[in-house]
Order: sequence, then structure tokens, then C-alpha cells
Amino acid sequence: MTIALRTEGLSKQWGALKANSDITLSFPVGARHAIIGPNGAGKTTFINLLTGALAPSSGEILLGEERVTTLPPHQRVKRGMTRTFQVTTLFPGLSVLESVVMAVCEREGRGGIWWKTVARCREEADEAMAILAPLRLQDQANTLTRALPYGKQRLLEIALALASRPKILLLDEPAAGIPSGESTEVFEVIARLPADVTILFIEHDMDLVFRFAERITVLVGGRVLTEGTPAEVAADARVRQVYLGETAHD
Amino acid sequence: MLAPFLGVLFDGLSYGSLLFLIGVGLSVTLGLMNFVNLAHGAFAMVGGYVAVTAMNRWGVPFLLALPLAFVASALVGAVLERTLYRWLYRASHLDQVLFSIGLTFMAIATATFFFGPGHQPVTLPGFLRGQVSLWGVDLGVYRLFLIGTVVVLVVLLTLLVERTRFGIQLRAAVDNQQAAAGVGINVDRIFCITFALGTGLAGLGGGLGIDMLGLDPGFPLKYIVYFLLVAVIGGTGTIKGPLVSAMILGVFDIAGKYYLPEIGAFVIYALMIVLLLVFPAGLFGRRNT
Amino acid sequence: MTALRLPSDRWHLAEVGFWLTPVACFFLFPGYHVLGSQILIVGLFALSLDIIMGYTGIVSLGHAAFFGIGAYTAGLLAKHGWGEPFSGLLFAMLVSALFGFLTSFLVVRGQELVRLMVTLGIGLLVFEGANKAAFITGGVDGLIGVTMWKIFGVFRFDFRGYNGYLYTLGVVFAVFLLVRRIIHSPFGLRLRGVRESRARMPMIGASVRRIEVSVFTFSAGVAGIAGGLLAQTTQFVGLDTLSFARSAELLIILVFGGRGHLYGGLIGAAVYMLARDWLAGLNPTYWQFWLGLLLVLMVLVARGGIMDGLALIQRRLNRPAAA
Repeated sequence: MTIALRTEGLSKQWGALKANSDITLSFPVGARHAIIGPNGAGKTTFINLLTGALAPSSGEILLGEERVTTLPPHQRVKRGMTRTFQVTTLFPGLSVLESVVMAVCEREGRGGIWWKTVARCREEADEAMAILAPLRLQDQANTLTRALPYGKQRLLEIALALASRPKILLLDEPAAGIPSGESTEVFEVIARLPADVTILFIEHDMDLVFRFAERITVLVGGRVLTEGTPAEVAADARVRQVYLGETAHD
Repeated sequence: MLAPFLGVLFDGLSYGSLLFLIGVGLSVTLGLMNFVNLAHGAFAMVGGYVAVTAMNRWGVPFLLALPLAFVASALVGAVLERTLYRWLYRASHLDQVLFSIGLTFMAIATATFFFGPGHQPVTLPGFLRGQVSLWGVDLGVYRLFLIGTVVVLVVLLTLLVERTRFGIQLRAAVDNQQAAAGVGINVDRIFCITFALGTGLAGLGGGLGIDMLGLDPGFPLKYIVYFLLVAVIGGTGTIKGPLVSAMILGVFDIAGKYYLPEIGAFVIYALMIVLLLVFPAGLFGRRNT
Repeated sequence: MTALRLPSDRWHLAEVGFWLTPVACFFLFPGYHVLGSQILIVGLFALSLDIIMGYTGIVSLGHAAFFGIGAYTAGLLAKHGWGEPFSGLLFAMLVSALFGFLTSFLVVRGQELVRLMVTLGIGLLVFEGANKAAFITGGVDGLIGVTMWKIFGVFRFDFRGYNGYLYTLGVVFAVFLLVRRIIHSPFGLRLRGVRESRARMPMIGASVRRIEVSVFTFSAGVAGIAGGLLAQTTQFVGLDTLSFARSAELLIILVFGGRGHLYGGLIGAAVYMLARDWLAGLNPTYWQFWLGLLLVLMVLVARGGIMDGLALIQRRLNRPAAA
């Protein structure tokens, strides 16, 4: 079992605030791994550390065998790890197609081409449409991102990540704000991804978590509380205690 | 060797005092309302012209003309804040820059129209002229007066901010605007009063500075960079920040012009870039994002 | 399947009309060649600012630095013996671009406000430098003695500005074509990507820093060409080419014309300079006042420039068909 992504003692603190403490996890290739925990547990901070948006206070991050702890974010993407954002982070003034074509060009290393117009980049345009189709965004190809309804924007978040052909995909609450019916759809697209893509996702909806995750890590107060299969985690008394206060609105 | 150095230091400190007086208002505006106000120099100019008009046309004595300048600039500031500035607090910094450049142009044109393009003469009262000898150095009385005035004002401001209810509310609003509004602080009123206080001080500085900085319609554009530097390098959220940066700027500028006249203002601008890059949040400040 | 709309090189009728106008003006307004050249030069300068400001989202308060460096480079080259126009422009572009490259590292650090101040500082620094180096630049008196050789060895730069105008028009058009192609290329998409979301760009594998450095360098080069054109056509370079007033004026022109629309800078330059030529001639103080008022109103009410207004009209006209 090859390990795709691994952290060793990863920590992040700001003064007295310890957002992440000593997180040591490893994710094998092809994992379908959920990260859950109450608000403020440090889940998004963990993703920010993995992608390089934040520099850790201590600890290491390894992609395969390579130590990427000090690598800048865009380099980690080039090594096959990318993410989606919990708060939609798209390109409001670009059309859906333009956004995805840009991502495809970057992946191919063709983002720097200045002598040819985008319209002439037929291969990239075709591939972009192929990425949009299963997400049912092809009809909105020419729509400006800011004109898209929220649900479609969340799908575009995923389309952009997929355009990088990631080996490791970090999803930060991919279905956030989408009504229950449609959110299952989103996860079905994710589930259809190739088996060798390693997927980590943060999610609050327990139904989705138990349906799609093969393993679950529970983060509380910046630390790993426990990790295991869905059945193991569901049976863990400590986990239920942590969530006792959370059951009100879920 | 020491005498000219002390003289330069002294001149630099008095120059810095003026810069502080005018620049502190800009620092607060930047920190509290996140507003880049390139027109701030125009408020200083208003104070200067009011003082001059009062003295030359109405025979008001110098020491009375100064508070008049303060009040006039504060009033203008309050009115403009309520009618124009408040709509742009959430605008982009570029929009704020364009707006304030526009206001500056209008101010310069108005000043040229009413007062002509030349420098305004000012006659200082007799007791403020001349020199005083301290430690073998001849110090200008007026410059001593400047430094003294600013020391008094710094004390008053510090008392205002740390001991009064207004001061507490101001600090709360600077710290966290939403939370302050949430506990019932009238943030709008704080903004208006603070803005007016800042422009009032600028007007006072303008009046005091006629002798040292000169007063002509081009004043706002000539000196705005210095005021900006005081505000940005000093950082926002403290009084001592702008004070220290104003003194540093004042001393370095005067020293630069004295010891390295071939390079002159070059030193200031280079220093500015270096300080900005090393201390992006200012020497003492926190950035309100 | 609906047609895919991606940035392309198709020429709109309005664009063709736009570029025929200065050609027509050449014949229709024989006394105004010098003004015409000035408008084209400022238009190109504004285009250079649009590249970083309108398309990439980097606001600069000191862009005149590169304009002035280009002007002085071309001027000094011609003054000291090499008056060939095209190579002079090339050299001006290279020097400005180099300077842009070196300062870009200072500019790309820091947040919006720090950038604003740093670009302002760089502009002021270059101005002071040129002022102090009066033995090279001529200081406050300006650089005189710029003698140009003939264009293609045939056409003289005459005082009526006849050949100078065509030369300027040709160069500006050529550079415009280059910029237009770049804006519509994948690199142009990158620029807009940086403007739209600096946070997302690294996550698709793009280095924001590298993009900003390269676009800033390119923009400085284009500004340098505009400056070089000024030096060559007027055969004089003054300190005002580097002044903050020039940077501020450029900002105003671009905002008037509309950012991020390729033609905004050129249109803004035409409107602004014609208005200034007419109104400031009447009374410079009035001009300054009304300009200031217009700026204030623009920010409070209008928000976009001329091009944005035109785009809005076009959308309104297109709506019945789309429904």
C-alpha cells in the first residue's frame, strides 16, 4: 500500500492559539478519507497547511517520498495536489469555460503562451468541455462565473480542481450550502473519480460522510481525537460526546 | 562638529513636530476607516489660509488665529465626512485615491482663485521671533514653540484616548468595528468626530507651518507624500507610532538636505521604500484588513 | 451546442473604424499633427498602465517613472550620436523594461496599500534621481539637442510634425497589435485570473508572483516606448515626464476611458487631451477645478469609464435579441 500523502507532527499556532497540534496522518493512494470535527477544530487550517497557504509552526508534509513542507503552493499543485475552497473562490469576471481552459493550460504548462489566442487552443477548449460535461455545466460554458447560481458555482469549484488532473484532491466542504438532494449529486461525481486519486474531504453532513468515506479522522481542538472506519468512529463514545452539542441543527 | 549636528537635530525635530501634527489625522483615518485620503494636505492648507486671512485681514493676533484654523478645518472636515467621505469607506483604495485627488484639485483651484498662486507671507509675533542660546547652540524660538505645542498636544491626545469615554469607544472601534457597533457604540459618530479632530489638527499644523513649510495653493500635493509616510510607516492604532515616524522623517529629511545636498529628497524616498517593505504594517501598527 | 466564446483575434467593425480615425485626421486636420502625436503617445502610455491595472489589478501611482526613463534613454541616445529612430525606441524599451523588472520585486510584495505607496515612492525616487543627475538629464531645464536621423533614412522629423505623426501612428498601432494579441492569449487569461482571484491562481498551478513580475516588466517596456516616442517627436525631454502629476494624470485618463477594455486608454487620452487643450487654454484654474469635480462625481456616481458605458449600452441593445 503506497502512501500518497503524509504529515508528521504538523502544527500551527498563533501566539497562544494552537490551531493544529502535532497532527500525524498518512493517506494511502486511492483513499476516500473524511475529516470531521466541530467548528473551530482546525480542519480548514489543516488543508491550508497541506496546500501551502499557511506555513506550519513545526512538522513535515510529504507527498509520496518528497518533502514539500517548504514548497510554495503552486509547486505543490504541479506535483499533483490541489483543493477546493469552502468559501467559493472562483474568478467572478471570467466565464465558466475561460476558467477551466485557463486551469487546463496551466496544467499543460501552456499558461505562458502569448503569441496565440485562446480561441485557437482547440485541444484545451475541448478538454475543458469534457470536464464540464459530467458536472452538467456545459450549457453554462459562456456564462460569467458571477452570474452562476450558487449550486453551479460549487460544481465549478470542483471542475477547476479536476482540471489540474490531481493525484490528491482536498475538498473543503464541497457541498456547503447546497440543498440535500443536489449535494448527493456532487458526491457521486466525486465518487466516480478514478480509483487512484486520493481524496480527502471535510464535511459536516454525516449522511454524506458515512456514505462516501472509507476512513474518517476526527479533529477536535486542533488535535486528532481518533481515526478509523465509519463503523469504528460511529461507535466511539468520545466522538459521540463531542458531537452531542452539535446534533441540534444537523 | 557637534553644534551643527545639534542644530540639524533640533530643526529636524521641529519639522517632525509639524509632520506629526498634520499626519496624525491621516493615520487615524487610515486605521479607523481604512481610507486613503490624499486630500489630507488640503485640510492643512485650509487651516493655513484661515489663519492668514484672520491675521492679515481681520487683525486677529497669531495665537488666536491658530485655534481658529483648528476649528475651521475641523468644521470643513466634519461636513465633508458626513456628505462625501462616508459613502466611500467600503470602496477600493483606488477609488478613494481618485476621489481624494479630485478633492485636492478642487481645493487647489479654489485657493488659487481666492488667494492667487503665490506664497502667503506671515508675520510672527515678536515674542516668537529670534533665537535662544542653549548648550552653545542657537535655537530658534519659533521652533521651540512648535515642539512645545506638539508635546502639549500629544499629552492631551493621549489623555483623550486613554482616559475619556470617547477615547475608549475610539479604541474599540479601531480594534473591531463590528464588535464595537454590536455593543452599542455609535460608530458613525465616532468616525465623524475623529475625522474632524484629525482635519482640525491638520489645520492647526497648516497654520503653525506657514513659516517653516510655506503656504501656497500647491501645498497639498507638495507635502502629501510626507503625511502619507507618517501615517503608513508609523502604523495605525497608536499615537506614538506616527509620532516616532514623523520625527524620524523630519530628522532624516533635514539631515539629508544638510549633509548630502546632492542627493536631497532621494534619501527620504529610498528610506520610505525600505521601511515599507520591512515593516508592512508600520513600525508599531497593525493593519486593518 | 452553443458556440464557445473564448478570447479571439476577430476584428470588430468598431475597431476598424477606431483606427481609421487617426488616419483620416491626418488629412482632415493638417494643423494638428503635433497634438495628434501627443494623443497617440499618451494613449499608448495609458495602455501600458491598463495592462497592469485594468487586466492584472496592480494599481500604480508611479508609472511615469518608466515613461520618463524611456524618454530620457531615447533622448540621450540621440543626443550623443545615435539618432536612428527605431533602434532608439528599442533601446528605450529595453532600459525601461529592465528597470521595471528590477522594481517589480519591490512592488509585488505586500498588500494593496503598501503597493500603492511603494509605486508612489519609486516614481518619486526616479524623479529625484533625474533631477539630481542634472549633468546628464539637463535637470529642470530639460534635455535639449535631441537630433534624430531620418526615418528609414528618407523621412525627416520636421517641426510641423508631419512625418512624426505617421511615425508615431505606425509605432503605436504596431505595439497595440502586440498588446491586443497578448491580452487574448492564455497569458492574457492568466492576467485576468490574477485580477479576479489571487487566492485561486496558485491552486491551479500558477505563480502569481512570476506573473506579476513579467507583466510589470512588459508594461514598463511599453511605457518606455511611449516615452521614447515623445522624446523623438518633440526632440526634447523635460522632468515633467517623470513627475507624480503625470502618473496621477495617467490614472485619471485610464479611469475616464475605462479599465480592462484595451481601448480605454486611447479613448480616454483623446477625450482628456482634447478637453484640456480647449478648456485649459481658456483658464487653467477652472480646468483644474472642473477636472477635480468630475473625478469626485465619477467615483461617487459613475464607477466605470467611457468604455464601460459603451459596453452597458451594447448590452442593453443586445437584450431583446437574447431573450
